[in-house]
Amino acid sequence: MAGAKNHDYHILPPSIWPLMGSMSALALAMGGIMWMHPEQMGNAGAAVFYLGLAGVLATMFFWWTDVVKEAHAGDHTPVVSLHLRYGMILFIASEVMFFVGWFWAFFDFSLFPSALEPIEGLFPSKDIEVLNAFELPLLNTLILLCSGTTVTWAHHSLIHGDREGLKKGLLATILLGMLFTSIQAYEYVHAPFAFGETPYGSAFYMATGFHGFHVLVGTIFLIVCLVRANKGHFTPRQHFGFEAAAWYWHFVDVVWLFLFAAIYVWGGWGAPVHGG
Amino acid sequence: MTTIAADAHGHAHDHHDADHKPAFFARWFMSTNHKDIGTLYLIFAIIAGIIGGGISGLMRAELAQPGIQYLQTWAQMMEGPDADITKAYHLWNVLITAHGLIMVFFMVMPAIIGGFGNWFVPIMIGAPDMAFPRMNNISFWLLIPAFLLLLGSTFVPGGAGNGAGTGWTVYAPLSTSGSPGPAVDMAILSLHLAGASSILGAINFITTIFNMRAPGMTLHKMPLFVWSVLVTAFLLLLALPVLAAAITMLLTDRNFGTVFYDGLKGGDPELYQHLFWFFGHPEVYIMILPGFGIVSQIVSTFSRKPVFGYLGMAYAMVAIGVVGFVVWAHHMYTTGMSVNVKMYFTAATMVIAVPTGVKIFSWIATMWGGSLSFKTPMVWALGFIFMFTVGGVTGVVLANGGVDDVMHDTYYVVAHFHYVLSLGAVFSLFAGFYYWFPKMTGRMYSEVLGQLHFWIFFIGVNVLFFPMHFLGLSGMPRRYPDYPEAFAYWNKIASHGYEIMSVGVLIWFVNIIWSLTAGRKAEGNPWGDGATTLEWTLSSPPPYHQFETLPVIEDSAHH
Repeated sequence: MAGAKNHDYHILPPSIWPLMGSMSALALAMGGIMWMHPEQMGNAGAAVFYLGLAGVLATMFFWWTDVVKEAHAGDHTPVVSLHLRYGMILFIASEVMFFVGWFWAFFDFSLFPSALEPIEGLFPSKDIEVLNAFELPLLNTLILLCSGTTVTWAHHSLIHGDREGLKKGLLATILLGMLFTSIQAYEYVHAPFAFGETPYGSAFYMATGFHGFHVLVGTIFLIVCLVRANKGHFTPRQHFGFEAAAWYWHFVDVVWLFLFAAIYVWGGWGAPVHGG
Repeated sequence: MTTIAADAHGHAHDHHDADHKPAFFARWFMSTNHKDIGTLYLIFAIIAGIIGGGISGLMRAELAQPGIQYLQTWAQMMEGPDADITKAYHLWNVLITAHGLIMVFFMVMPAIIGGFGNWFVPIMIGAPDMAFPRMNNISFWLLIPAFLLLLGSTFVPGGAGNGAGTGWTVYAPLSTSGSPGPAVDMAILSLHLAGASSILGAINFITTIFNMRAPGMTLHKMPLFVWSVLVTAFLLLLALPVLAAAITMLLTDRNFGTVFYDGLKGGDPELYQHLFWFFGHPEVYIMILPGFGIVSQIVSTFSRKPVFGYLGMAYAMVAIGVVGFVVWAHHMYTTGMSVNVKMYFTAATMVIAVPTGVKIFSWIATMWGGSLSFKTPMVWALGFIFMFTVGGVTGVVLANGGVDDVMHDTYYVVAHFHYVLSLGAVFSLFAGFYYWFPKMTGRMYSEVLGQLHFWIFFIGVNVLFFPMHFLGLSGMPRRYPDYPEAFAYWNKIASHGYEIMSVGVLIWFVNIIWSLTAGRKAEGNPWGDGATTLEWTLSSPPPYHQFETLPVIEDSAHH
């Protein structure tokens, strides 16, 4: 059956990035373990960890650079473009299930608090002052909701061929994302309860912390889109890179709404409020 | 019949020659070809299976007689001459942990989804490759660091001795405060990497199956193996991230001061069990559903009949997948849950017996009145149906919350899950291996050696695992290296079963080597009229890039 490719699918040439990514992941994992156990595994942990991290980031950069090149080469036919959409939606679905795990822990502690010392059936436990949900957390909610509108502004501008609107909308979204992260960092630094030590502190910091990490990733994704917009990438008909970033941003936004409602408002209800 | 209207004579002017293969390093280390990646997965799974199966040999040697036989000697070999009995006991925990994790994550899953799924899902739906060929390769290559981390953990401190001795379930607090040292952290990150590999693979399979079916290949015409991989991929996609969250909590409890599972600080060790089994129960269907698919293809092929009740078979798998998400706490009956909760999980678990029964009876109905030929793949598939039914029936027994109070953590449970996995999933793997061996390699296997392999292995695993029912019913707990005299007889029998089984595996290796070097060349379809799926329309082995012109599935086609 020798002959020409007679279909619209994307048959790829061999690529070194998967192997490089995997080996970097090994260094990242092993470096992290060595770093956590210097007494048994020596002092090279941090170096190996950062080497692995650099490898993972480099792999991402080169891999996705290839994807962009292939898009410009016309490899992203309508059906391949559909693959990318399915891939992103499914990836977000798996991320949702990851957060289900953290919410599960939170609701376990809040609905079924331990009857024993030091919890004695209270959630948050008695020594904990919570953050006032209707101060900075509410502001952060409004900031993320607002960023959801600016990313839609960017999208509509892109569809209507208005590149300046696209750039402005993206820039506004990125700035709002950074503002959110800054406020979150400020809250962490000034929070009246510790990371860990209590179930409340563990669930609060890990759930909001993983959300914060996703905000950072989403912000970087949008920055990449802005750079690409400045380079003249994206057309009103073909701009999946932008759409994926926007989907991801909305996903991060929705997770925050659940965090805000469940952990900040409901989870702190009736507990002493910090500074209040 | 499936009719293919493919233009076999394309144009030879470009670099897209269908049989042009890259050079060695690019072909095997930088692959973007689903068949090569499938082959890599199969080789990986065989190596992991030898290691994981070898570990069970060590376990059966130790358990052949009451008293500690070899364990202390092995601990001294691993950790120096002054290793005491505590270290020996820890080594036992390391062995059972490694056996479980290797067989689940590095043998069955890579072989059945990564190997056969990669090889045959694209071909069976008439696609030239997977949707994301490059991502496909990182799914494979992430398994290498994952496996290295797990194997490496054996040589670093993990509590009472070297290695992760937590059981494959990694329950807290044994895995947190009970296992200081880096070994358990290595095992946790091994699972993270294996999980990432599987999630990426799941995304790839779902996208491929939804978007790359050839013209005319509607969802309701897809071969049942493709259906099985589709359902499996959804289970992977939705279950593994929850495991990732659960073991991340283990990691932060161990190293960063969180108290998720620390009962003394108000955390909840049972939370880990819920999160783990919310993943773990779908996981057991992840291992068996593709086996269902393989058995359906084989029973149909060697009965020369379409599968009985095709749609019922497809949606039975969907039902098993959906209900499989809401039965997880039947693994936790003895944690002190209320009677009402036990009643719910008992009832929900038994519901799964209904779609499973649909499958068993439909396979039998497929054979009914068929033109049967008992070639090697067919005998493995029949062995699967018989043995899986035995394991399924003991599963219904264990599903009862009240009964499980006495069965929990006994050898009855060990017997049950080895009947559905070692005699279920593994039999479907061997069935698929013999069924597709001619297609993958272009050579026929030896029918005599294949039959011999089946019968010796079949007798061996039954002698090995059937006595465990008796041991469990008389109260022998699992996960111990020693036992009272009362359990000596059946343990001795079981260890002999392992010896018989090993001979079967050796014959399999001989068969592979003989077939690859001296096997008769296989034609495109060695199985005759019963084999109607698209892989049998191609040469054996298929061209490096098949379906450069997509096949068209006619309306009259069936599965």
